[in-house]
Amino acid sequence: MSSTLQSPSRAAEPSEIKAERATRPPVVALAGNPNAGKTSIFNALTGLRQKVANYPGVTVERKEGVWNLAPDAPPARLIDLPGLYSLDAASLDEQIARDVLTGRMAGTPAPDVIVAVVDATNLERNLYLVTQLLDVGRPVVVALSMVDLAEREGLKIDAAKLGESLGLRVVPVNAKQRRGLDELAHAVLSTVGGETPGVCWRLSDGAEEEVRRLVEGEGIERTEAIRDLYSDELPSDSARRVAVSDSRERLARANPQWWQELVTARYEWIERAASNASSDARNTDRPSATERIDRIVTHRIFGPVVLLLIMGLVFQAIFSWATLPMDLIDRAFGALAEFTRAEMPPGMLTDLLSDGVIAGVGGVLVFLPQILLLFFFIALLEDSGYMARAAFLMDRLMRGVGLHGKAFMPLLSSFACAIPGIMATRTIENPKDRLATIMIAPFMSCSARLPVYTLMIAAFFTGRKLFGFVSVGVLLIISMYLLGIAVAVVVAWILKHTILKAPPPPLVLELPPYRLPNARNIAQTMRDRSWLFVKRAGTVILMISILLWALMTFPRAGHDAASAADAGQANAEASAQLQQSFAGRIGHVIEPFIAPLGFDWKMGIGLISAFAARETIVSTLSIIYNVGKDSDASSPSLIEAVRDAKRPDGSPAWTPLVAVSMMVFFVLALQCMSTLAVVRRETNSWRWPLFMLGYMLVLAYAGSFITYQGGRLLGLG
Amino acid sequence: MSTAYADLDLTNAIIGRAESLDRPVASLDRLRAGRQARVLAVRGDGAVARRLMEMGVVPGAPVRVVKAAPLGDPLEVRVRNYHLALRRSEAQAISVVTSDE
Repeated sequence: MSSTLQSPSRAAEPSEIKAERATRPPVVALAGNPNAGKTSIFNALTGLRQKVANYPGVTVERKEGVWNLAPDAPPARLIDLPGLYSLDAASLDEQIARDVLTGRMAGTPAPDVIVAVVDATNLERNLYLVTQLLDVGRPVVVALSMVDLAEREGLKIDAAKLGESLGLRVVPVNAKQRRGLDELAHAVLSTVGGETPGVCWRLSDGAEEEVRRLVEGEGIERTEAIRDLYSDELPSDSARRVAVSDSRERLARANPQWWQELVTARYEWIERAASNASSDARNTDRPSATERIDRIVTHRIFGPVVLLLIMGLVFQAIFSWATLPMDLIDRAFGALAEFTRAEMPPGMLTDLLSDGVIAGVGGVLVFLPQILLLFFFIALLEDSGYMARAAFLMDRLMRGVGLHGKAFMPLLSSFACAIPGIMATRTIENPKDRLATIMIAPFMSCSARLPVYTLMIAAFFTGRKLFGFVSVGVLLIISMYLLGIAVAVVVAWILKHTILKAPPPPLVLELPPYRLPNARNIAQTMRDRSWLFVKRAGTVILMISILLWALMTFPRAGHDAASAADAGQANAEASAQLQQSFAGRIGHVIEPFIAPLGFDWKMGIGLISAFAARETIVSTLSIIYNVGKDSDASSPSLIEAVRDAKRPDGSPAWTPLVAVSMMVFFVLALQCMSTLAVVRRETNSWRWPLFMLGYMLVLAYAGSFITYQGGRLLGLG
Repeated sequence: MSTAYADLDLTNAIIGRAESLDRPVASLDRLRAGRQARVLAVRGDGAVARRLMEMGVVPGAPVRVVKAAPLGDPLEVRVRNYHLALRRSEAQAISVVTSDE
C-alpha cells in the first residue's frame, strides 16, 4: 500500500522561492478523474495556445497551455495532468501526475495552484481525489463540471455550501457554454500563494492516537505522520522506523485491516460534505439513459453484435472511404515529382528530389486519410464512453490469453498504427500485462501493410472469384488480418505462461455514462495523434528514402540512364545500375537465404528497405522496376512491372504463391523502426525491442517458408 | 505491507454479526442482478482491494449488480451512482448485506 501524502512541508519553504514565485507566471495544474470533463475545460481555458509533448523518458502525454487569468495579471502556465482516480501511483499515469504535483518531475515546476475538476454527477468518487490533492499541500480550487447534467437527473448541488464544507473555492464551470471560466480564473488568482485547509478528515480514535504519538514523538507534521503510518515503505530514519512499525503493529492488533481506514475516513468525510451541500432527488429505480442504452449495447447477444457492427464500420471506412483522398494525395505527389523533373535540369539532384524525397514522403503521407479516419473513430468511441463497454465485453476473451480487457483498445488502435497503440497501453496498470500487450501489438495488421497487400492483390488476384462471387482479394486481406490476430493470441498465451508469467490481472474499470462526443476534443485528438505520424514520415522515412536512393544510385554504373535515347535502353541501363549498386549487392548476398521463401534479390532489396518502414517496399519496388521515372504516359505501371518482372532464367519472378508468401512475411515481421523506437522508450531498455525484432523475424521467416514450400508441395506455384 | 490478511476470523466475525442482525450476507458475485445491497467489507490483498476502495467500494456504500458480461464475467456493478466493471474474482472479495427493500 502506498500513500499520497508526499508533500514537502510548506512551512519549510525558503523565502527566496516565494519571492521568485511572485515574479514568474503562476503554474496551475489541472487534475481530475477520467471522464470528468477535464479536457473540455483545458481546451476552453487555453484555446489553441497549447503544446503537446511527452514527459521525459516515458510516452505519457504532457499537455501544457497558456491561460489568461485576467487582463492585468500575467498569464498562467496550465498543465493538464493525465486523468486519474487517485494519487496512489497504481498506473504510470498516476505516478506521473503525483510527481508533477509534488514538483519532482524534471522540467515541470511544482504547481502554485491545483485546479481539481469534479464531476457533479459523480460527486463522491470525484472528491476522493480532492482529499488526496489537499494532502499535497498546495492551494486547491474545485471546478465543478456537469452541473447541468446533474440537475437534469435531479441532483442539486450548492457550490458555495460545498466549498464551505470542503474549505475550498468551488466554481461551477460549463466549458461548452464558456460559463464560470472567469470565476475560475478569479478563484485561482485569489488563491495563489494562499493557504490550504489541509487535512480535515479524521481517523478512528485509535489511529488518531498513533498519529498524535508520532507527531509528538518524532516532531513531524500530521500529514507526514499519516504518510509514514500508511505508506508502503517505512521511513529511512531508524528511530522513526521503529516508532512507525510499533504503531502499525498496535493498529494491526486491534484491526487486521487497519490500513483501510485511510480510505474509509476520507469517504466518510466526503459523504458528510456532499450530503450537506446537495439535495439528491435522483430516482435510482428508474434506469438512466445510459442504463437503457446499455440494455442493448452490453446485452448478452446484441452487445457482441453491436461491437462487430462498429468494428465493421470502422474497417469499411478505412478501406473504402479513404481511397478517394488517398488517390488524390498519390496523384498530387506524382504530379509534384513530374513537375520537379520537368522544371529542373536532369541530373543527380533532380533524381534525388523526385525519386528519393518526393516519392518517399508521398508514399507515407498517402496513409494520412486512413490514420485520420481511424483516430476519428477511436476518439469518438472513447469520448462517447463506448470504449469501456468494448473492454467490458472483450475482457473474458482477452483474459483467456492472459490479457486485460483494457488491452482491447490499444490492440484495436494498432490496426491503424502500432505506435499509438503501444502508447495507449499505459492505461494498463500491471507492467507484465502491459509488456505482453506491447509485444503482440505489431501483429495487428497496421495501415502500413495495406499498400503491400493492395499491390500483391492488384497484381495477381484482381477479378478472381471463389465460387463465382467471393472476391479472392478480399478473402486474402481478411486472412492476413486473421493470421496476425491468431499469431498474436498464441504469442500472448506463450508469453504470459513463460517470461511474463503473472496471475490474471484485476479488472476495475469505470463504465462512464454515455455522453455526446465533443467535436473539438475529437478534432484535437485527431490532430495531435496524426501529427505524430506525419512527424515520423517527415523525419525517419525521409532519411530512409534518401539513404535508399543513395544505395541504389552508387556506385555509378557508368552511363546515366536518364540520358538514354529510348525507353527500352533506359530501363536496361537502370536495371544494370541497380545490379551494380550497393543495394543490388546486398540483395544478391541475401538471396540464398530468402530463396526458400520464393523471393529473389530484387525483393530482397525491398525487404531490406521495408525493415525501416513497411510501406517503403512499394517505393523501393517502383525504383527497382524503374516505374514512374519515365514520363511517357504509356509506361508500365508498378502493377504491370511486378507482373512482368522476370528471373534470370526468364520465368516470372512473382507468382500468386510468391505474393501470398510476401504478404505472410509482412504480417509477421516487425518492419518498422519507429515501433522499435517507441518500444525502447516504453520499456526503457533495448532488450525488449530487440527481442521483439528477433522473434517476429523468426516467425515471419517460418510463416513465409511454410507458405511457399507448402504451396509448392500442393502444386500451387 | 501486510494487507494480505484475508482474515478468516474477521470474515466470520462479520458474517456472524450480520447473521445476528438477521440480514442475508453474501459476496458481491453472488448477489442477484438488480438487488440493492450495501458493502460490508472488502477483503483481499493490497493493490486490488485498495483500488476498489478508492473507487468508492467502502463499507456502507450502496451497491447493486446491474448485469454480467455476455460470457458471464466481468460484472457490471452500480456503486455510488456510477457504473463499475469488475471480475467475479474481485467481486468475491466484497461482502455485502442486502437491504430490506
